[in-house]
Amino acid sequence: MADMQDYKSSLSDVKSRKFETFSYLPEMDDARTRKQVEYIVSKGWNPAIEHTEPENAAGSYWYMWKLPMFGETDVDRILAEAEACHKAHPNNHVRLVGYDNYAQSKGTEMVVYRGNPV
Amino acid sequence: MPKDNPNKTYTAGVKEYRETYWMPDYTPSDTDFLAVFKVIPQEGVPREEAAAAVAAESSTGTWTTVWTDLLTDLDYYKGRAYAIEDVPGNDEAFYAFIAYPIDLFEEGSVVNILTSLVGNVFGFKAVRALRLEDVRIPIAYVKTCGGPPNGIQVERDKMNKYGRPMLGCTIKPKLGLSAKNYGRAVYEVLRGGLDFAKDDENVNSQPFMRWRDRYDYVMEAIQKAEAETGEKKGSYLNVTAPTPDEMFKRAEYAKELGAPIIMHDYLTAGFTANTGLANWCRDNGMLLHIHRAMHAVIDRNPNHGIHFRVLTKMLRLSGGDHLHSGTVVGKLEGDRAATLGWIDIMRDSYIKEDRSRGIMFDQDWGSMPGVFPVASGGIHVWHMPALVSIFGDDSVLQFGGGTLGHPWGNAAGAAANRVALEACVEARNQGRELEKEGKDILTNAAKSSPELATAMETWKEIKFEFDTVDKLDVQHR
Repeated sequence: MADMQDYKSSLSDVKSRKFETFSYLPEMDDARTRKQVEYIVSKGWNPAIEHTEPENAAGSYWYMWKLPMFGETDVDRILAEAEACHKAHPNNHVRLVGYDNYAQSKGTEMVVYRGNPV
Repeated sequence: MPKDNPNKTYTAGVKEYRETYWMPDYTPSDTDFLAVFKVIPQEGVPREEAAAAVAAESSTGTWTTVWTDLLTDLDYYKGRAYAIEDVPGNDEAFYAFIAYPIDLFEEGSVVNILTSLVGNVFGFKAVRALRLEDVRIPIAYVKTCGGPPNGIQVERDKMNKYGRPMLGCTIKPKLGLSAKNYGRAVYEVLRGGLDFAKDDENVNSQPFMRWRDRYDYVMEAIQKAEAETGEKKGSYLNVTAPTPDEMFKRAEYAKELGAPIIMHDYLTAGFTANTGLANWCRDNGMLLHIHRAMHAVIDRNPNHGIHFRVLTKMLRLSGGDHLHSGTVVGKLEGDRAATLGWIDIMRDSYIKEDRSRGIMFDQDWGSMPGVFPVASGGIHVWHMPALVSIFGDDSVLQFGGGTLGHPWGNAAGAAANRVALEACVEARNQGRELEKEGKDILTNAAKSSPELATAMETWKEIKFEFDTVDKLDVQHR
């Protein structure tokens, strides 16, 4: 068994800040993000893109990138919006959201581009 | 004016129950309460008579005719035994289906429902054993109950957790820690990536740790972990107390501190306390976690008592946002199909009759919010693929020993569970079969998480494979 390791996390290290679902996994790459977009489309949820400065990630409301893409099922178009948001805000977290209008809530959401925390 | 029988007269004495309460031609109305009992009658008592006796003793009847029966319209108020069925695999028992008019029960009172349905009748001499297997609560009555103070969607919004089950951990040792050491254990699991810590049910306010001290330190732990991780955190502060006044006092203090969630033991504390507390939580924006100590005393014997699916329905009416459901895979009892049945009863808006899962009636909850099932007890990272597959997103998975027992401590144990959970959710979303590919998924995730790799080495061989005592009734012949 491996030697005991210290758990690295602190108030002073901004890298300790997480951002909910999948933030304990390695950062998303294009192939993995595509699978999650496919999942959202397969569930019949409405995809949306949001972004925020990493230091404000804990709030309920991030900035919407345009409006949720109601009824959009084209995975490439959804990915293109996420990428466009990332290009416009390269230092921000960009997250992919699936709005479930039957549950009147988000079915899922996850950060697909990680920003640069300060 | 007498309605049906103008010639009814008073005759003292003992009548056979079936003359009055056995009504095989009765068609239950939409507003009736329905109940199905598993009955083992005393030898020589015919099934119809035993079923009628149960209907009588759980509604209007008593052992002898009394003159005051004639001052009311008993034919309206009586329970009606309307069907009898064989119990698959059990030759001495039968199912008795009974319909009760809605006006037998005070609005919004789980207490009144249970006092009637499972009151004196369970000690009744004509039956050797009796078990309430299922009930159908009419939607008209559901609408008189408050139900879960927040419900699944509101809790997700408040806690900011989407697209995955939530993770919790009961702090151990269950008794004996000082408040400050206890708060340390809470802080460690929260900073490591769990969403919730939980007071053990036995922790109330003992000499070694008084409630107020515990709340203070736990709140400091929550606040620091939130600042450190940037995520919303909670810890179920147990407000179960000797008296309702004391319970509300503790709840008020938890609110004053800004705690997001409190906890209650609904069976040992009782339904009056629980319903009152749920109402308080609704008024005060507090989440309510419900533990079920004592349930196995009531629900484990397959021939006598109350099935847990009924206790589940009673809790959803009385109010709670989380309820322990059993894990299917851990150290505690749980038949998989039956467990899946009562998980649906907790969460769904409409549940269809499904005998293969022990569900005997359709149940319509209307717009009453759902309850998160909580899987807790004897589970660890190797169970994660099965748990995510069985429970889906709308659940709380609680690893006590499976977090605190990590060789590197609580934070590492928590991180291991969080990584395992997220890896399983990601794989499921990709369309992979968790229960088949679980090992591969976890092994791959452990490559970037030494905490998970160590957890997987530690718990590799632990399994719980005792046979279930309370199985679904299935044909043995």
